[in-house]
Amino acid sequence: MSAGLVIVQILNGLQLGVLLFLIAAGLTLVFGVMDFINLAHGAQYMLGAYLAVAFFALTDSFLMALVLALAAALAFGLALEFLVFRHLYGRDHLDHVIATFGILLFINHGVKLIWGAAPLSLPMPDLLSGSVRLMDGLLYPVWRLVVIASGLATAAFLYLLVVHTRTGMLVRAGASNARMVSALGVDIRRLFMIVFGFGAMLAGFAGIMVAPILSVDPGMGDTVLILAFVVIVIGGIGSIRGAFVAALLIGLVDTLGRSFSVDILRLIMGPSSARTVGPALASMSIYLLMAVVLYVRPTGLFPAKAR
Amino acid sequence: MPDPVLRLENLRKNFGGLIVTSDVNFDVMPGELHAVIGPNGAGKTTLINQISGLVAPDGGRILFAGHDITALPAHARARLGMARSFQMSSIVPSFSALENVALAVQSRAGSSFRLFGRAAAEASLNEQAMAALADVGLAERVRAPAEQLSHGEKRALELAIAIAAGPKLLLLDEPTAGTGREETARLVALLHRLKRRFPMVLVEHDMTAVFALADRISVLLYGRVLATGRPHEVRANPQVVAAYLGDEME
Amino acid sequence: MALATSLPPAQSHRLGAEALPIAMFLLLVTIPILAPLAGGGYLLSFSARVMIFAIAAVALDLLVGYCGLISFGHAAFIGLGAYAVGILSAHGISEALMSLPVAIAVAALFAFLTGLVCMRTSGVYFIMITLAFGQMAFFTASSLAPYGGDDGLTIATRNTIAGLSVLNNERVFYYVVFGCLLGCYVFCRALVASRFGRVVRGAKENPVRIATIGFDVYRFQLTIYIIAGALAGLSGFLLANATEFVSPAYMSWQRSGELIVMVLLGGLGSLNGAIIGTAAYLLAEEWLSGFTEHWKVIFGPALVLVVLFARGGLIGLAAALVRGRRHA
Repeated sequence: MSAGLVIVQILNGLQLGVLLFLIAAGLTLVFGVMDFINLAHGAQYMLGAYLAVAFFALTDSFLMALVLALAAALAFGLALEFLVFRHLYGRDHLDHVIATFGILLFINHGVKLIWGAAPLSLPMPDLLSGSVRLMDGLLYPVWRLVVIASGLATAAFLYLLVVHTRTGMLVRAGASNARMVSALGVDIRRLFMIVFGFGAMLAGFAGIMVAPILSVDPGMGDTVLILAFVVIVIGGIGSIRGAFVAALLIGLVDTLGRSFSVDILRLIMGPSSARTVGPALASMSIYLLMAVVLYVRPTGLFPAKAR
Repeated sequence: MPDPVLRLENLRKNFGGLIVTSDVNFDVMPGELHAVIGPNGAGKTTLINQISGLVAPDGGRILFAGHDITALPAHARARLGMARSFQMSSIVPSFSALENVALAVQSRAGSSFRLFGRAAAEASLNEQAMAALADVGLAERVRAPAEQLSHGEKRALELAIAIAAGPKLLLLDEPTAGTGREETARLVALLHRLKRRFPMVLVEHDMTAVFALADRISVLLYGRVLATGRPHEVRANPQVVAAYLGDEME
Repeated sequence: MALATSLPPAQSHRLGAEALPIAMFLLLVTIPILAPLAGGGYLLSFSARVMIFAIAAVALDLLVGYCGLISFGHAAFIGLGAYAVGILSAHGISEALMSLPVAIAVAALFAFLTGLVCMRTSGVYFIMITLAFGQMAFFTASSLAPYGGDDGLTIATRNTIAGLSVLNNERVFYYVVFGCLLGCYVFCRALVASRFGRVVRGAKENPVRIATIGFDVYRFQLTIYIIAGALAGLSGFLLANATEFVSPAYMSWQRSGELIVMVLLGGLGSLNGAIIGTAAYLLAEEWLSGFTEHWKVIFGPALVLVVLFARGGLIGLAAALVRGRRHA
């Protein structure tokens, strides 16, 4: 367990963190503003990746693929909102769960139908495909740094939007008390559409950015969805700040846990038990974290709704 | 002099920077109906919520039937004999009126951790529930699903639920809220009949009702008690008239 | 004086309240007799599978339909029950009189420990935390290398009952499963109508009121959560014996989602609906996957349509049809 390895894993943890934030931000806003549970949000992320692969095959340019895939992801998200979701606002959470579960099945298996089940890949732009030297003997892929940077930039951009624009203020107000905002005469349907579309785009963006690093396969949405839910529950529903803090926390805990659980456990138990218990404990670690947080704060760390 | 059934000592509550309950001292003697009046926003409902245990005070003590209940959760206070009605009718909509009240009776009639036996067929629970429903004038409507009752009937059901298990203290939050003149008169007559059976805290806006029923009145303004006394004293108090009663007395 | 009794929600659908369950159980009991005429052994094992999942679905209906607790980790209890059988079997213990109590106890214990945390939350947080705990169970099972890990574990033989290998006979196994479903159903019906049941049903619609009447809602909900988990553990015990195989997939969150769908499909809050919905779901799965392996592309949107237009599930639809015909 060298310092270099630790640094690499911390960076990997940050990368996972910003990724989770991009996905969780849309999810938490949709919950917060529309009180809508969207199990299909992970599929939105997956779609971004698949669309990028498809457009890259057409245009042979990562940049074009990025732009087109973002647009397509946004369009798809808005279509979903228009066709299905807006008929479910105000209904019981169970209705949301089942309906979005149905959409999730549709997208997951639709993707399998169109692209097959085998993992696909998306090459990263040549310019950014190298590695950079962080310190002696320590190389780190440029693209991962790009992902971290773009995630943080998006977070900053979101912060500016939400805090310094009128729409952003309405979104924050809506997350706190949607009925009040509607009663004040704001076109709540347009606001909902904007929130939803934007969230879908963010998730798609995350999918596109991560596609060059991970394999693009029909199961990628599901794993990330659960993590995203853990993020927003720990962070507090409706809170972007909460999502940011929780996302980074979870990214780091999960990554560092997986890398170093065996080493850490070896300090207190024998090597072979550490090797059996370690991975299991690592994969459970974020759920344990969530259980602890919810036990102490049943509505997350920074809930947007006033208690 | 007998001990008060309920006593609030220096009760305090803030919501953020807003002081909602400010050093409130308040008590209810056995057999007494102590009304709480005041303008909207004076903190009356919050006060009731603190007494019944739905809101935790920031300071002070609440004593009920000799126990310090300040830290007790709401359900424990109910078990000790505290019952309340809500300003917005709080019932179980899909249950019948009878079942709503029978459930209240059930809570003080032995263990509810019984997993067998049809609760709806328990004669003793139903009899007690019927008695309470008859008291409030709903004997004809026991089978009706609670959600189908009229507004006035729901207010009566609220009362039936509160009195069903023979409480030691009734907390009534605006029982005549939203009811028309006839219905209000009926509720006031009902409360008059109930007066000697249970000590009560009555929060009300309807001044006719208050002055017809109250043994004592406390006036709440911006979270603090402006005055406490017999109705005629309070009516004559210049501060009270200026702050609140001036217009209300029409 | 004949007093009105308030019936649990779904019976107000008025489908001749007891006719439906009687018909269902009559049908189920005669399937082994009908089997040689249509479908043979396959019909028998399929029906047993339906009944096994129906036990878990009935337990879930207790939570979702009667208490409003949307548990998204219910499959974990099935998996735990199944793994109890599998792990004991791997160590040479293949006796139902051992495995069954262990299966139920493990599931109940997990429900208790996780319930302590879950019941402090509500709404979306509750859904998420039950999902998380389900995932924990899933990952734990996946990392159990000595018991097959991701690939799962084959079970050498079905459990014996007091040393007798009766469960190897498909008919006997079928009737054992039938007995368990019937017992579970009767128990849950009694539970729902009991004092306990009345409290949790009331808490579904108005928890504040129930608390101010004097009930500690947390304790009641935790108890029913444990009961539901234990019943699902029974389902897992039967499942492991039926398939003679256990795998982490039994506990996946997709499975938990499917269970919720089964309950909704039949009609929430009626127990009958849970059984009907399970049958409907598994039948649809059988039928549609005959056309294409991508049948979920069709099933997904169908679910959406159910939520939008047939919220009361199959029982609700049937009731609406009956009402429609009466007015015609």
